[in-house]
This record gives sequence, C-alpha cells and structure tokens, in this order.
Amino acid sequence: MRPGRLAAAADAIDGVPGVPVTGATSGSGRRPALSPFTRTLLALLIGAGPALSGVLPEDEADVMYHSYSGGGITVEGPSVLIRKKVGDSLSFTANYYEDMISSASIDVRLSASPYHEIRRQKSIGVDYLHGKTTYSFGYINSVEPDYRADTTYYSVSQDMFGDLTTVTLGYKRAWDRIYRDICNAPHPTGTYCPDIINDPTFHQQADHRGYSFGASQILTRNTLIDLNYEIDTDEGYLANPYREIRYLSPGGLGFTLAPQVYPNTRTSNAASVLLKYYLPWRAVLTAQYRYYHDTWAVVGDTFELGYTLPVWHRWVFDTTLRYYTQSHASFYSDLFPRADYQNYEARDRELAAFDSYTVGFGASYEFEIPKVPWIHKSSANLRVDRMLIDYSDFRNALLADIYGAGNEPLYHLDATIFEAFISVWF
Amino acid sequence: MSHRSERERAPALRAALRLAALALLLAGCSGVQPWVKPYEREHLADPIMSLSRNSISATYLDHMFETREGSHGATGAVGGGCGCN
Repeated sequence: MRPGRLAAAADAIDGVPGVPVTGATSGSGRRPALSPFTRTLLALLIGAGPALSGVLPEDEADVMYHSYSGGGITVEGPSVLIRKKVGDSLSFTANYYEDMISSASIDVRLSASPYHEIRRQKSIGVDYLHGKTTYSFGYINSVEPDYRADTTYYSVSQDMFGDLTTVTLGYKRAWDRIYRDICNAPHPTGTYCPDIINDPTFHQQADHRGYSFGASQILTRNTLIDLNYEIDTDEGYLANPYREIRYLSPGGLGFTLAPQVYPNTRTSNAASVLLKYYLPWRAVLTAQYRYYHDTWAVVGDTFELGYTLPVWHRWVFDTTLRYYTQSHASFYSDLFPRADYQNYEARDRELAAFDSYTVGFGASYEFEIPKVPWIHKSSANLRVDRMLIDYSDFRNALLADIYGAGNEPLYHLDATIFEAFISVWF
Repeated sequence: MSHRSERERAPALRAALRLAALALLLAGCSGVQPWVKPYEREHLADPIMSLSRNSISATYLDHMFETREGSHGATGAVGGGCGCN
C-alpha cells in the first residue's frame, strides 16, 4: 500500500479541519486544527508575498524504460514525461507511467498465487509563475486491477534573499480504493486462473493527507543545501489484503496463517537534508540524510552519497551509494505465539527491521539530432542499481518444513534496477 | 464540534507552518544582500549542480524504494497508487 505524502498550507488557510492525527492504536480522531495566529500568518504569506521573478522549468521530453528484478518479482514498463511552457507564466507537465508486474515473491508463494498485472499511472501538472512566486498544482490517477488512487497536490514556492533561498510549502490529498482479486473460474488443470475478478465482498478505502515544507539555500559559490520536512496522515484500510501473519500451532509446518490486522491510522514525520558541493575539477559531490518516524514505531535512517563527473565533453557519469536501516513496527512479528495474540498484527516485510544497501552507476551521453533545429539538446541515459536487503526479523517461512517454524534462515533479497531513457530539450 | 485545546493539536505541524510563514513574510520586507553575487554563481548554474537533474529517474527510484521500505516522504516527489506486491 502506498501511504500518502507531501504537504501544505491551503487547507490550513481555509480553516478546513485536518485529518485525525491519532496514534496507531487509537481509532478516534484528533484534528490538527491551526490556531488563529498560524492561519493569519499563512494567509499573509500568500496574499502579501514579495513580487519579484522566478524561473519555470525548461521545455523537455523524456522517454524511459525501467525494470526491477529481484525476490521473484519483475516490474518493468515505460514512462513518458513532457514539460512545455505556454507564454512566460505557465508550464504544463504530463506523465504516463506503467508497471507490468509478474510476481512470485516469497509472500505470494506463502499465502497466494503468482500473478501478472499492470498498473497505469497518468498525471498532469501546472506551474504558474508570478513574480518570484511559483504556484503548482497537479492531479495523478493510478489504476491497477485491485487498487485505484486519485491524488491532488498543491505547492507554492518563493525565491528570496537575492535568489539565494527558495522556500516551498506543499499539500497533498489522496483517495485510494482497495479491492481484492479472486479467481472466478480456475483453469481445469489448476495451474493458473484465466478469470480473475474483484471479490464482491471486499471493498476498502484509504485517505491520505500530507503537509510539506522545503528550503533550498545557496551557502557559498560552490555549495547548495536543500532541506525538506513532511508530515503525512493516513486513514482507512492500510494493510495488504493478500498477506497474512503466521502463529505457532502444533502439527503440519508448525504454524498457521491468519489475516493481518492493521491500525486504521498512521501519522509520519520525515526530515531530510541534502548537500551538493562543486569540486575544483568540475565534478559534484552529493550527500543526503533522511530521518523518518511514525506512530507505528517505524524509525528509518537513509544515508546517500553521490559523485557526478562529466568527461570527454559529452559524457556524464554518476555513482551513488545508499544505505537504509529501519526498526520494525510495534505490531509486527514474524511468528506470533498464538492466535489473536494482540489487537494489531502484521507480517509485512516493509514493516520488519532490515538494512539495505544500494549501489548505482549511471552514464549520460549528450548528442545533437541533425536537421531538427528546434531541439537544442538531447541525451541518452543508462542507469543500473544493485540493491541488497538483509532482514533482521523476517524469516523464510517457505523453509519451515526443513528448519521448523521460527528457526528458518532470515530472508535476504537481491534486486537489480535498470533504467534507459532519452531526454530532449526544445 | 467540541472545543479542542492547544495541547491536542499537532505541535510539529504548527511549528513547521509558523516557521515557514515567518520566513516568507520576512522575505517581503527585508533588504538582505546576497552574499553570493549573481556573477559568482557560475558553478551553481552548471547543470550537474541541479537539484532536479534527471527528474524522471529520480521519481522512479523514489517509487521503487518507497514500495519496499517502511519510510517515505521528504523527497519532494509525489506519487500515487500501489504497485507494491
């Protein structure tokens, strides 16, 4: 499931009550209503912001093929992005993105059947520039057979202090509808299901709101810093309807599967800092850190280092090293001692404790397209990332018959991520 | 609707929004001189220093990590849907 994110002011300015910001174990809501002082400040900043001048993004088109392969899952597909200015004040963005998923992951093999499906995502966005203020809003629609999501987002950016600083406030609202696929008519051989439908007895919803604050700052003639802070609230059905917990039971494999029970609310805080430094030999060093915490007791730390080096006039090489670590959710367990052991129970890998290492390498080649004068720059790009995840408390339950329930080896995941894309600026 | 006390409101949200609002208001009435002059920003204007270079790739990688980790947010990206099994 995809929790909501991003952030904002518009809702607050209008005085519209926010989303419940309850802890994970509470079902009753508290609203983060803003004080009159805060609302007044926000209204003033929108209405009386300085009117200087900013910059809209360049006209650009990108066509990408992406692929993820690991842990029995293959996800691949295209992505097309077009950005076009109209006049001096408006810029439009449109994106089509597709995930073609073939999954026989460890979770699927334990409690469901391998499947193939396609997720299609379409989005449009508008940037409006007024002086040094940029107003942005957009809409995203994502459809897959058992999950539909509509997302709107709004943000306002302001350049200030002689263009040394850019401050951004954002807000996001998303509505998800969750279904569960079932097999309507299995194939006579029993090996696959040619007729999959939504379970008519299962239809859930989830709402997400996000509020964000960002600031980019020029520190020196060679150094940039970018700060971001985001609060998200999620409410509704937040579990994965296909995955199950397991609890100890005598006989058989030594465990029994049961449905997951998630809290209906989640509130998260994330803060990040990114530093870019221009080196004397025309190269850039990038360092980034993000801290994450939520009401489910998940704490995550992300560290990333990057090095960008242009060579031979037309080539740019990127190398990144990313380390991520997280603690498990308070209601997560790989193996519960008995049935109905606690109110909330989960065994989603994403809520387990783990460490993840990702090494990435990218190459970009700039070229001209002959006889097309309106394209002034083009590039061909390849990127490969290798991701390794070591789980600390998620075991390979498929090996329970060999090792016994609770004694299986910890699960380990290797994945390769590949991207190829062409970009043109016009 | 019942009255809700100050203590019940999300303190982090209020603090962040107040800070942002104050910063933006100050920008409108202050005469801060830039300590890095426009003619000193050659390196900063180099495309390899851009915060949004290869945005289509950055958005894809954000989505890829987000569907496999418990953390999300503060990346500047907006996405939708699931694609997470």
